Amino acid sequence: MYDQSQGVNYLNCSKGFWSWFGTLDHKRLGLMYMWSVMGAMLVGGSFAMMMRLELFAPGEQFVNAEAFNQLFTLHGAIMVFLVIIPGVPAALGNFALPLMLGAKDVAFPKLNRLSYHLWVVGAIFFVGVLLSSGLDTGWTFYAPYSTVNNQTAVVWAVFGAFFLGFSSIFTGINFIATIHKMRPPGMTWFKLPLFCWALYATAIMQILATPVLGITLLLIGVENLLGVGIFNPALGGDPVLFQHLFWFYSHPAVYIMVLPPLGIISELIATYSRKHIFGYRFIAMSSVAIALVSFIVWGHHMFTSGQSPLTSIVFSAITFFVAIPSAIKVFNWVATLYKGSIVMKAPMIYALSVIWLFGIGGMTGLWLTTLQQDIHLHDTYFVVAHFHFVMVGTAIFAMLGGMHHWWPKMFGRMYPEKLAQLSSTLTFIGFNLAFLPQFVAGTQGMPRRYFDYAPRFEIYNQISTIGAAFIGASMLLTLWYLLWAIKKGKPAPANPWGAVTLDWQMPPIPGPHNFEEAPVVGDPYDMELFTWSEEEGGFVPRNPVPGNPYQAMPRSESEEVPHA
Amino acid sequence: MDSHVASTTGASVEEHDHPKHVAHHFDDAHQQFDTGKFGMWMFLITEVMFFAGLFVLYTVFRSNHPEAWQFAAQFLDTKWGAINTVVLLVSSFTVAWAVRNAQLGEKRKMLINLFITLLCAGGFMVIKYIEYSHKIHAGLVFPELEHSLFNPDITAAASAELAAYEHGEIFDKIQALDPVERNWVGKFFSIYFCLTGLHGFHVMAGMVLLSWLILRGMRGDFGPENFNAVDFGALYWHIVDLVWIFLFPLLYLIN
Repeated sequence: MYDQSQGVNYLNCSKGFWSWFGTLDHKRLGLMYMWSVMGAMLVGGSFAMMMRLELFAPGEQFVNAEAFNQLFTLHGAIMVFLVIIPGVPAALGNFALPLMLGAKDVAFPKLNRLSYHLWVVGAIFFVGVLLSSGLDTGWTFYAPYSTVNNQTAVVWAVFGAFFLGFSSIFTGINFIATIHKMRPPGMTWFKLPLFCWALYATAIMQILATPVLGITLLLIGVENLLGVGIFNPALGGDPVLFQHLFWFYSHPAVYIMVLPPLGIISELIATYSRKHIFGYRFIAMSSVAIALVSFIVWGHHMFTSGQSPLTSIVFSAITFFVAIPSAIKVFNWVATLYKGSIVMKAPMIYALSVIWLFGIGGMTGLWLTTLQQDIHLHDTYFVVAHFHFVMVGTAIFAMLGGMHHWWPKMFGRMYPEKLAQLSSTLTFIGFNLAFLPQFVAGTQGMPRRYFDYAPRFEIYNQISTIGAAFIGASMLLTLWYLLWAIKKGKPAPANPWGAVTLDWQMPPIPGPHNFEEAPVVGDPYDMELFTWSEEEGGFVPRNPVPGNPYQAMPRSESEEVPHA
Repeated sequence: MDSHVASTTGASVEEHDHPKHVAHHFDDAHQQFDTGKFGMWMFLITEVMFFAGLFVLYTVFRSNHPEAWQFAAQFLDTKWGAINTVVLLVSSFTVAWAVRNAQLGEKRKMLINLFITLLCAGGFMVIKYIEYSHKIHAGLVFPELEHSLFNPDITAAASAELAAYEHGEIFDKIQALDPVERNWVGKFFSIYFCLTGLHGFHVMAGMVLLSWLILRGMRGDFGPENFNAVDFGALYWHIVDLVWIFLFPLLYLIN
């Protein structure tokens, strides 16, 4: 075991509320984001549970129609704006990106802190929504719902989302500048870990798309406060224009939610297969390709909005192209697994789950892209199941996988492996139980956003609710043992997984400034550089850099690694 | 930043031979400048996208009803718009000059130039205030407001008040329109207020920024070694100017 008593690390270097809330350290900001996001997730998740309980049987159980409308609106808005969008980039990305790059911090630490504070402001506005109750527009704030009913709650919500948008924009600016300008010598573009590539592609979308949401929501706010008459048809406005502007952001936002998680999966698959990632450049470029295509497909959310048939055909055709870079990722992951030495640690269970779930989520996306099919499936549970496979099955699963993967680096403690394996498996089973039946119910015509349904859909809903209970239980279990591990977990070695990215070539808990000297940079997936050491209880460099026991000396392509 | 670093790691940071204005996580002043400028440009991109949403609305509404917009534009005062354009162009010149002054270490000249820029910004807002109050008194405002010529359910009292303004010239011209046309003319003013209002917010943010630069400049923060903040602030001010360069012809010069 490495000496844990060596002194200062980023967790213990200073104490007190302001040393955290006012910190400029990207690692502390990452952790605070993580706790905040988990808090929001508990709230959003409990709304989901209430909906599933109501839907256990047809007819009104304990939630009436109005309350149900508010539940699904708040569930959606909280999960999208407060949880998934900041979840991976701002929480895990903040923690890991500078470490993986070999940088001392992000490019603009004060801006990073401002991002977090804006998140908090946004969250406070959402508390305002809860208190003023009555937001029932759905998370999409479609005009004219959002301009005629419950105007106070709508104003709270759109301003909250506005601040959260700027939080996300500033994170994006920070990450792009960091990746461009903060790389140490030797860290060329094609030596960037794939998670960094994913964050880079995401940041492009964050800075280009989010401002459009900002202005759109601002206009909804002005519409409610002053009656500007731009979107509200009662005043001669055009509600379809709102949909165009909204989806110009919100379709890229879907990839803002899903690309960074896919980046995590690339890291996990390579690490836990103990094998070099297959098709590095293809995976890196596929992230960028998804980011670029994301800007020209928004119209596929509006096939039934009355836009011209030609527009719909064009959007449908372009949307098919998204499948190509997505499939490139999946095929490369599978190729990486092939002949790898697969270690079924909890992060790997999550990663393999994602291959299955993202596969289904992505393929059903193709069904919905197909114009004539979407007319049938639009606003049914098929759509609900599809985006939950992507938003939860991919984004949240990968986030959980990433949290387990980086937990030892964050806190210097191991999570309990057996429990984690159990709970990740339970989550996977629960998820499939909850959402696979919704595909069937959807194809048979069960509409989304109702508190009631025809009795013939009862069986699907009951399976779904049971699945949701599994997810809820295993999430609580996960939360409990992760918290337990911070205090009581086994002390972690510097590199428990044998990952080669620079975040694992440092002490068990990073120091306040990450790297005292610029690290030596090699291939981030050259798994041969590290070997298992029984004595350390973790992986150690076969050939350490002189003067730094944590760092492995990289090798050129032909060079053999000398065995220690 | 410096105090934070010192409090967290004590002696270890002292080893760095950084000048005071270079933050600990940068290797040198050059990297800091480069990164800052790069970040500023990206922020300006987001600003452009922010306005882009409104420009899209402008384009859609205008291309649907070009004649209504041509009609509506006659109520904007081209004279004030042109003066404001000149005011902003002058301010862009002085702020660019201030950057040069900072690079050369000419503290006095830099402060004078920044101050002129700030004055221009203030002048712009005063003129905007004159224009806005005229529109508001004339009732050329959002359709849901009580004193709006475009309000379909306008009260008799409000109507009489608006008819009395400036001998009712504007009132008569708007009343002569049929309701559908009037609605489209009203949309022009909705877009006008949103675009110029958002721009006005940016001018005010710029005034805060310029004041901050002046205060720091008086403290002697800037010189040939460190002119980053002046440079980045000037970039921001140029984009505010540039947006107006588009707004002026798009709103005032429709003909």
